[in-house]
Amino acid sequence: MKFIACVKLTPDTEQLAEVRLEKVSTGDLGVTMVLNPWDEYAVEEVLQLAERYDGDTVAITVGNEDFVEALKRAVAMGVGEAVLLSDPAFAGSDAWGTADILAQAIKQQDGYALVLTGKQSVDGNSGVVGAGVACKLGIPYVSNVIKIEDVSGGYAVVRRMLDEGVQTVKVSLPAVVSVSIEINEPRYPNFMGIRKASRMQYPAQGVGDIPGLESGKVGVGAALVKWTDLRKPPKRGSQCEFIQGASAVEQATSLVDKLIADKVI
Amino acid sequence: MSILVYVDHVGGTAKQISWEIMGKARAFADQLGKPLVAVVVGDQTGNLASEAICYGADTVLLAEDREFAQFRAGVYAVALKSAIERAKAEIVLLSNSFSMRDMSALVACEMGIGLAADCQDLQLDAAGNLQAVRPVYSGNILANVTFSAKPQMATVRNRSFPMPERDASRTGETVKLDVALGDSVGREQVVSFEPAQQADVALENAGVVVSGGRGVKGPDGFEPIRKLAKVLGGAVGASRAAVDAGWIPYNTQVGQTGKTVRPDLYIACGISGAIQHLAGIGNSKIIVAINKDKDAPIFSIARYGIVGDLFDVVPALTDVFRQRLQK
Repeated sequence: MKFIACVKLTPDTEQLAEVRLEKVSTGDLGVTMVLNPWDEYAVEEVLQLAERYDGDTVAITVGNEDFVEALKRAVAMGVGEAVLLSDPAFAGSDAWGTADILAQAIKQQDGYALVLTGKQSVDGNSGVVGAGVACKLGIPYVSNVIKIEDVSGGYAVVRRMLDEGVQTVKVSLPAVVSVSIEINEPRYPNFMGIRKASRMQYPAQGVGDIPGLESGKVGVGAALVKWTDLRKPPKRGSQCEFIQGASAVEQATSLVDKLIADKVI
Repeated sequence: MSILVYVDHVGGTAKQISWEIMGKARAFADQLGKPLVAVVVGDQTGNLASEAICYGADTVLLAEDREFAQFRAGVYAVALKSAIERAKAEIVLLSNSFSMRDMSALVACEMGIGLAADCQDLQLDAAGNLQAVRPVYSGNILANVTFSAKPQMATVRNRSFPMPERDASRTGETVKLDVALGDSVGREQVVSFEPAQQADVALENAGVVVSGGRGVKGPDGFEPIRKLAKVLGGAVGASRAAVDAGWIPYNTQVGQTGKTVRPDLYIACGISGAIQHLAGIGNSKIIVAINKDKDAPIFSIARYGIVGDLFDVVPALTDVFRQRLQK
């Protein structure tokens, strides 16, 4: 059985606030880029599944050549095979274009049981590419999974969170699953892993290398949505006003006066 | 051509967000001179169809089937797809709950429809095209999403629009929507469902949210938080630290990995204000922070701050509010 993790390179969470607007469309954000924190859970889960079911693991990404860094992290954590999908023709793809590139490349993999993704990326925040991959592969999709209980007999049994509660779902294989952070505790790469990752080759596959991929269906020309008018959210009011008082009751009284005057109560 | 709104509900009771979206969609429909169609999917849909008309729908497509008893993305997607085709929808609007996000994505991808997920505002441009406003980079940047073709689909956050007036005198037509589920039902089976403990006031709809973090020190520490929330008619939230510690259920978590809230008043008690928590509260009208540490990052986005022990300040606030609000 093979377990595939779809991953992305994103800004380090602590540096998200430093991303400058004019950099967003350039592909070079000028901040520290890391394996999307949510995808670390997908990578950890494919490793645990491979250990449980004696399977193989693959990490796969779509992006520019810098995205090798996301693959390196996955390999350093223990993933066996890394696939870099990179081509100028892919630039500007929307979620469905990205999903198509991933899906056509995944079709080249034999005998995969589950395709895992993080719940969303910390930059795009849409959380829809996993659904797109499932759609393009014509297989089921279960999101926000907190436990993979069993993978056998052509089915996976998973627990997933909805707003209303937790569902246990039996889904036919292969399937795409997005994982939530409750699912595991991602491991840190060890020295051997880091060495292996740095020695591995990451040849880029482009449009011509992936059967089934049509250049007209991906890239900026095929995108159905685009981001315009990027801006910083309005600044929050003035500085924090610290409420003084000789006692908690005095402070509370003063604060309640202000909140009532502000008409939020 | 029409505007289509999906009525998200739990067992026949609509989520408030459904009507908030309906109100906005009604305005779009009037502006464009197009009918507003609602789609209701479920095994028990109660009086949702007539309610949808009261809140602005001209036509309701009703898909009632036992197969819809539990949410399954692939099964529900078939119903939404049928509704879009039947309504010849040019704009499709849904809530951004987990289930709606999955279903909308499957349908949009299959039908080749552009999707703007997790939006906080919607508008029409001069040509009548949908423009969706959404936060990206975890709330650090806002973007307008524009569409290169119709239909145009968006999922919307709670409290993005005001609740519309319910008008019992409105009339409309309810049409049964036949959905050919085919083999979609066999691919996903729901083995069991454990409903989350339901709060008195839903976090995502609340006008006031009182949240606790690491500073509440344990499950019992949420008692004063609950009392304050109750006096204010608000909901109880929590930071990830408190949820991870097992002090309070996960469905109270506010932040990047939990729920996004946009109350009029957000009171953060014993929450330091990690960037991930701030990402979930940035749209609150007024933030109050109560923390022992005057350098806690939460004060950087708070309108009012009290440096002190939440176990002194929160009960004092509860008493003063109770007197003022005469409860």
